Amino acid sequence: MSDARTLSIAAVLLLCCGVLSLSFGASWIPPSEAMIALVRPDGMNLDHILVNSTRLPRTLLAIVVGACLAVAGALMQALTRNPLASPGLFGINAGAAFCLILFTSVFSLSSPEQWLWCAFLGAAIAGGLVWLIGNAGQGSLSPLRIVLAGAAMTAMFSAFSQALLVINQDGLDTVLFWLAGSLTERSLSTAAPLLICSAIALGGAWLLAGQVNVLNAGVQIAVGLGQRTGWIRLLISVLVVALAGSAVALAGSIGFIGLVVPHMVRRLLSVDHRWLLPGCALVGATLLLLADMLARVVILPQEVPVGVMTAVFGAPFFIALVRRGGRYG
Amino acid sequence: MSAIASRGLTLGYQRQTIIEGLDIELPYGEVSVLIGGNGCGKSTLLKSFARLLKPVQGVVLLNGADIQQKPTAVVARELAILPQMPVAPEGISVRQLVSLGRYPYQNWMQQWSSEDEAMVARALARTGLEALAERPVDSLSGGQRQRAWIAMTLAQDTGIVLLDEPTTFLDLAYQIEVLDLLRELNRGEGKTIIMVLHDLNLACRYADHMVAVHQRTVFAQGRPDDILTEALVKTVFDLDCRVIPDPFFGTPLCIPFGREAPP
Repeated sequence: MSDARTLSIAAVLLLCCGVLSLSFGASWIPPSEAMIALVRPDGMNLDHILVNSTRLPRTLLAIVVGACLAVAGALMQALTRNPLASPGLFGINAGAAFCLILFTSVFSLSSPEQWLWCAFLGAAIAGGLVWLIGNAGQGSLSPLRIVLAGAAMTAMFSAFSQALLVINQDGLDTVLFWLAGSLTERSLSTAAPLLICSAIALGGAWLLAGQVNVLNAGVQIAVGLGQRTGWIRLLISVLVVALAGSAVALAGSIGFIGLVVPHMVRRLLSVDHRWLLPGCALVGATLLLLADMLARVVILPQEVPVGVMTAVFGAPFFIALVRRGGRYG
Repeated sequence: MSAIASRGLTLGYQRQTIIEGLDIELPYGEVSVLIGGNGCGKSTLLKSFARLLKPVQGVVLLNGADIQQKPTAVVARELAILPQMPVAPEGISVRQLVSLGRYPYQNWMQQWSSEDEAMVARALARTGLEALAERPVDSLSGGQRQRAWIAMTLAQDTGIVLLDEPTTFLDLAYQIEVLDLLRELNRGEGKTIIMVLHDLNLACRYADHMVAVHQRTVFAQGRPDDILTEALVKTVFDLDCRVIPDPFFGTPLCIPFGREAPP
């Protein structure tokens, strides 16, 4: 029962951070005023316009992207049975970046809407390739093959991106800033299809939680227990690509949330994925909100890419994790 | 009827054939032990008995029916397998691990039932793990950990349990503890136990039925008293030895010679 209580506390924390995120920024808007702006917006009030046009989309985006990354990380760690796996291991970030740079330099795309779909396409292609290579041939049930295939694809796509950047650097500055991980300049109407896609994928992940528990005990154990492991692994992979692909398309490469949050939640809540996955969604969203709030004010009047903030906090945690050998209890 | 049988079973990876055209019958309600040299295919054979490996040719019969034709969830209610050296997920408790054994009885409609709860409690009691139920599996000793995995197969509530080298990397005391537990389960609850063992002398002591695998087929099978001879050890393991009756248990005792000839 304490699991349910921990989860509710996490939910309350997320709610508080969400409200704070509407108030926080270059100009402070009291939470009460921010709430009024949501319920009874006054079109002439500058604060209300700021809350609704800028801070609300940004807050919702941080919540969805944070939840997606953390849940994708937990799924990836179960799929590969590797505690250091993160969604990026599917080559998703590298694929998204490459596709974006390629299309931008060839077709000179300039609208964020086009970028979004480019990045998602690249993420899906990279994820699909890694899945196909990782599962080709005999002995296809070894999780290690996916890790190797992911590392190979990441290296390949990164090299291609570098090559393109060497040839043509003009006009790619904005793309590069965006790839560093940013939650600004996104309109909700542009992002809507991907937000819906992420919500469905999050729900799907939660429905699969019991299956993930079984798979996490090892492929041979899962097959012995009568699980149709091939299908479950394919489903989980599709979910990881949908979640991490949406996240990278919506907000660029944001590291460490997918890697670190599952470990925090395993320690604080449970290793049972029926609790772990919702916990990851809540904690991932909360942490990305906090990182984004700091990113807004840390070098006023400018902003730091939020991806840099998550790295600043995530890296020490990651080092601690490696040094402890990833043990719990 | 045999618990597990095969007809013309050929197994292999890519172009390498490991088992060829094997017909075998493993009796119901007995402890069967597969022995053989490294890489002889005994583990591969065990995997095919548990449908972890598809035959290249031939069939594996589980309770008389082709195992590849049965729905995998139905198989999981008749047969449990414990692979070699399983690794528990980090931080998982003994109770959570044992509860996984109830997976074949659950579906989208039927989630956790009171029968599941009772079977898990019984499996924990049967393996003496009640006091350790909430402990993380990775904090247990090797013997306790292996008991936890066996408890998971017990929660699966199957008539047949397959184990691939359940005593590997355990010290001698834990090896005996695990083998005693398996024999109790066989004698007390009539479970059919089929396992791969490396230690010939322990295999002789605990097996009702022994199968020596050699050169892609079964070299000999039967009661250990009948089949374990110096000639068999020489052929199957390419090892000179003397086989004498165990002074306490009477089962065959194999004393290997090294490079030095015996006095």
